[in-house]
Amino acid sequence: MMRPVKIRVESVSKVFGRDPKGALAKVNAGMDKASLLQETEHVLGLHQINLEIAAGETFVIMGLSGSGKSTLIRHFNRLIEPTGGRILYDGEDILGYDETRLRGFRRRKVAMVFQRFALLPHRTVIENVMYGLVLDGIAKAAAQERAEAQIALVGLSGFESSYPAQLSGGMQQRVGLARALATDAEVLLMDEAFSALDPLIRHDMQMQLKELQGRLGKTIVFITHDLDEALLLGDHIVILKDGTVRQVGTGADILRAPADDYVARFVRDVNRARILLCGAFADAGLIPAPGAPEIAAEATLEAAFGAFADGVESIAVRGADGQIAGALTPRKVMEALARA
Amino acid sequence: MTSGFPEIWDTRAFGRALDSAFNGIVAEWGETLELIFLPVLRFISGLEHGLQFLPWWVVVMVFCLATWAAARRWQPVVAVAVLLILLGLLGIWNEAMATVALMLAATILSVLIGLPTGIAMARSDRFRRGMLPVLDIMQTMPIFVYLIPFVMLFGPGKIPALLATIVFAIPPVIRLTDLGVRQVDPEIVEASRAFGASSRQQLWTVEVPLAMPTIMAGVNQTTMMALSMVVIASMIGAGGLGYQVLQGIQRLEVSRGLIAGLGIVLLAIIFDRMAQSYGRRVQANLHREAK
Repeated sequence: MMRPVKIRVESVSKVFGRDPKGALAKVNAGMDKASLLQETEHVLGLHQINLEIAAGETFVIMGLSGSGKSTLIRHFNRLIEPTGGRILYDGEDILGYDETRLRGFRRRKVAMVFQRFALLPHRTVIENVMYGLVLDGIAKAAAQERAEAQIALVGLSGFESSYPAQLSGGMQQRVGLARALATDAEVLLMDEAFSALDPLIRHDMQMQLKELQGRLGKTIVFITHDLDEALLLGDHIVILKDGTVRQVGTGADILRAPADDYVARFVRDVNRARILLCGAFADAGLIPAPGAPEIAAEATLEAAFGAFADGVESIAVRGADGQIAGALTPRKVMEALARA
Repeated sequence: MTSGFPEIWDTRAFGRALDSAFNGIVAEWGETLELIFLPVLRFISGLEHGLQFLPWWVVVMVFCLATWAAARRWQPVVAVAVLLILLGLLGIWNEAMATVALMLAATILSVLIGLPTGIAMARSDRFRRGMLPVLDIMQTMPIFVYLIPFVMLFGPGKIPALLATIVFAIPPVIRLTDLGVRQVDPEIVEASRAFGASSRQQLWTVEVPLAMPTIMAGVNQTTMMALSMVVIASMIGAGGLGYQVLQGIQRLEVSRGLIAGLGIVLLAIIFDRMAQSYGRRVQANLHREAK
């Protein structure tokens, strides 16, 4: 399934300091991050980032703090300007936009959800959700109508006239999400959007996002430091370290073949049963026993555990085309999990 | 001189040059400046006459309505009404209204000048570095030092009194506006930029509302400082309660001075109540907790 590229990031670099261009030239000539800091007092934020984000996918940028992920996501709406490189939306370089076009672009094309919600504390829920629309000069009645629809979508109907401080963290972030959805932007930037929430609520929000994404088909750039979250949400994942890309791929790609030691260490503790799919481990040469339970190819291995616990020898795996692709055995499952 | 610091340059000639330069300015520009400030003079006089012309109960009602609009609670409204009636009972109603007019004019002008200045300081570190010493000078320079040049320029009356009051009272509103805008949560400012706010929209939808409690604290301080200037301002013909205090001192009438002084205190309490209850309501709106 090939989808058109929505956002293309071409050799984007970012250096913080007095003379970023000069410092970048030194880095390109081979100076590393540590000596750049020591000798010139410049901080290398990002170096030679190349990414392709397809329309309608959830693209996760993953890394620990200091990896440059928050800096990178702020390049997608030019809250931070790159020192070098290009950022193309549908083939158009957004770095060429002047002040007015940039504002229009931020108002209509790309919306953002923040880690600590960043709601306006002096405005009610509905006024917060309307914020982007009002900035764009949309008439109040129309804005209100659209905002109400978004509030209903995230399940907050009835809280329109509450103030953010009256809501729990999870509810506040739903307001943040509704605010971002209200502008009808094609691209959603989510900066550690769920990191500040408790685990249970975080899981609810992840599920809600997946469900919304299934209906809306936005292009989502999602930042997280939590690998489980990355694997759960991301169609593709990029792993950043020290401002450089270590690996790009699907979650399964990264689990199966980590590009280097760093990535391997990263993925070691992940719950593989929740990520790996039955289809990839079905034995095509084995015919499942008549009356064996069935499972979809895109189900996770974990979903098969129940049947094995009941004592069945094999499970029939049905592919997306409706045909039986093969059989999954406990032995195959153990092999898949043991590779860690 | 036989002792002290050696005289390296001729300070007396410098002083004379400064004096003659200033006299030149007075002769050259005095009338023009007076003309420029004529509308301001009309504004204060109009305000004063309006307050004195209206029946006392109308003035009390106006104050009560303003307090209600600011506080949305009835306690401060009652307090303001009682205190105003007390002013009338003390027999200093007209003088108090003259003082209120001067103080309101000084406060309004201070806010009109101070708010943009404070915002500009918050946005530009360079401007801030330039402004901070100026504000320090304004706050530490003895008032009489600039009071007298103002009188020379405009002649005794309300305008020099107003200008001296503004110079004395404006620093808090500037400083606290700068502080308030700088203290706004940067993530919320970033959110407004991310949704495409222009710099004006960012200012009015995020920075000013979130800085409002701090700005109001500055306005409150400015009001109090303006009020504390009325006695000194009365020495150059501002009239009002300050003039009563001055007369009390000159005639050694303790009662006159005491009653007028009490009137100033009552006014201070009234305006402090109004400003504080507004500030508290704004603050409560920013940090509304679940009930």
